[in-house]
Amino acid sequence: MSAGAADEQTMTVREALALALDQALAADERVLLLGEDIADPGGGVSGVTAGLSTTYGEDRVLDTPISEAAIAGAAIGAALEGMLPVAEIMIMDFVGIAIDQIVNHAAKLRFMSGGRTTCPITLRTAVFGGLGSGATHSQSLEAWFMHIPGLKVVVPSTPRDAKGLLTAAIFDPDPCVVVETVITYGATGPVPLDPGFTIPIGEAEVKRPGNDVTIVTYGRGVFDAMTAADQLSSEGIDVEVLDLRSLVPLDTARVLESVAKTRRAVVHHYATTFAGPGAEVAATISAELFGQLAAPVARVGGRFTPIPAAAGLEAAALPSAAMLVDAVRRTVGRHGG
Amino acid sequence: MDTEDQAADLVPALRRRMFEIMVLAKACDERLRKGIGTGEFMTVYWPSRGQEAVAAGFATCLRPDDRLVTTYRGLHDQIAKGVPLVEILGEMLGRQVGASRGKGGTMHIADPSVGLMLSTGIVGAGVPVAVGLALAARRQGSDRVVLASFGDGATNTGSFHEATNLAATWRLPVVLVCQNNRYAEMTPTEATMPVSRISDRAKGYDMPGAHVDGNDPEAVHRATAVAVDRARSGGGPTLIECLTYRFFGHFFGDPMAYIPKDELAAAIAADPVGRFADRLLSAGVLDQAGVDEIDAGARHRVDEALATVLASPPPTLDELGRDVYADLGADR
Repeated sequence: MSAGAADEQTMTVREALALALDQALAADERVLLLGEDIADPGGGVSGVTAGLSTTYGEDRVLDTPISEAAIAGAAIGAALEGMLPVAEIMIMDFVGIAIDQIVNHAAKLRFMSGGRTTCPITLRTAVFGGLGSGATHSQSLEAWFMHIPGLKVVVPSTPRDAKGLLTAAIFDPDPCVVVETVITYGATGPVPLDPGFTIPIGEAEVKRPGNDVTIVTYGRGVFDAMTAADQLSSEGIDVEVLDLRSLVPLDTARVLESVAKTRRAVVHHYATTFAGPGAEVAATISAELFGQLAAPVARVGGRFTPIPAAAGLEAAALPSAAMLVDAVRRTVGRHGG
Repeated sequence: MDTEDQAADLVPALRRRMFEIMVLAKACDERLRKGIGTGEFMTVYWPSRGQEAVAAGFATCLRPDDRLVTTYRGLHDQIAKGVPLVEILGEMLGRQVGASRGKGGTMHIADPSVGLMLSTGIVGAGVPVAVGLALAARRQGSDRVVLASFGDGATNTGSFHEATNLAATWRLPVVLVCQNNRYAEMTPTEATMPVSRISDRAKGYDMPGAHVDGNDPEAVHRATAVAVDRARSGGGPTLIECLTYRFFGHFFGDPMAYIPKDELAAAIAADPVGRFADRLLSAGVLDQAGVDEIDAGARHRVDEALATVLASPPPTLDELGRDVYADLGADR
């Protein structure tokens, strides 16, 4: 970490996540962490939880067996008793083992009990795509959770958002799925040090203002979008980058506000384009702004194939800044309305 | 561990209390089946008739603040833990007086005020949640225990094995009560597992495994009392297999073509409720008038509760948007 503004420091996404966990554990006895390999000396497969079990004890930072259903269920049970558990599912592809607990229990217990039992768990999980790990260790499965009423889903991009969204999720009264992106853990940016700093769940943010076209994206896609916007700027195309940050609740108002201004939208993410989160965004834009759009809403996402391991194949299966640039050019090149 | 031979009588007040629970669960089941069968009201129902002794035996070992996790076949367990009849029946019939105003239904009844934290509709899924409830008890410095009640089929799920392993590894205050009613949905238990005793599965987790007559509330009570003491004093979990039987199949209306008729007839002839009444009569704990009074009292309570339920309106449509999130409506 390096010093920035008085109450901010420049740090990585990994450090920002760690700081959020550290400050939550320090602030509230109800917070506890559980997951595979999260305690020291391992400190988590990606180092996010390093040092926390040493500081807060192994009865608050609990190493578990490789038992994702038990991890999720234990978090749920503890939450029913008023604890604020943060469960880590190491790699997002592993959520399949825990999905019954998340989908049939965490998401529904408030509703099914008429509000008598609540489940304020936080489920941290990370997308490992782009590292050549192959089809069972690379997927972006956030659409699975978006489809379940009762769950909130956030996908931070910058270090600032990572800290603010994770903190908000930990203290949120509902079950929150926090989707992290391992390949961006090293990205740096300014982060407020105040333990009370949160990013409200459900608020998108304009990461770069522009007038010609809106790239609606989140998570890793934000980095592609910023790269693409820089490149397109030299071609005279003024791109607005809207970072959704939360997928549920979806900030439809900010999406429509931006696209109403630019009249063109490209929706971008690493989940498959087919039935991906962008389908919901594109359909909403098309329905609400039908008469105002200058071009059809474009989508740039993952190809509908298992993610291959070989570098060249994986790169071709996943989207990229270059694909985004092409899609924006096509969208801006269309003339309608 | 085999507790069937422990002959010492439990105190009369406890034996009477267990009998009252069994009779109330039986009366509630009978009234439900009568109402559904005659078209008086509609609900889906997974009957626990025949398994009353298990609930009466374990629930009388628990303090009010001890927690219970049960399943969709949970009527007897819920009654034994003290969930009000109006809330159970109201939930089953989809009325505003139900435990969750009809939003959960028969399979999903919760009443934290009496320690019933979860009834799950997913076989095996309650055990991981019970582990978390126990983890919270430890973190909160409480000596309360968590009893997870489930069926034989649950012990074939990954959820059961993951959670049992975790409870044993962390020595959590959990009591695992398996109500082995001989059928996993519609398949005989012996066709689904290589062990002849589910209690043997405890060996794999280095925990005690008890095998008891689940149709004898006193046997269940004795085994559970040992397990609860062990859990409460930091000794970790115990698995108790209670061998019992369900009289009406997987769900009410189940044609039960897979159940041999003579097997079913023998089980019903050995009805645990009647068997326990006979024992209490011969022991002089109750006389026939006392048995009749408990029976009539139970029927009266059920009728009163049902009258309240039938007078209660169904939930209003605004319930669709309530309790989806703490702070948001239903529609995103």
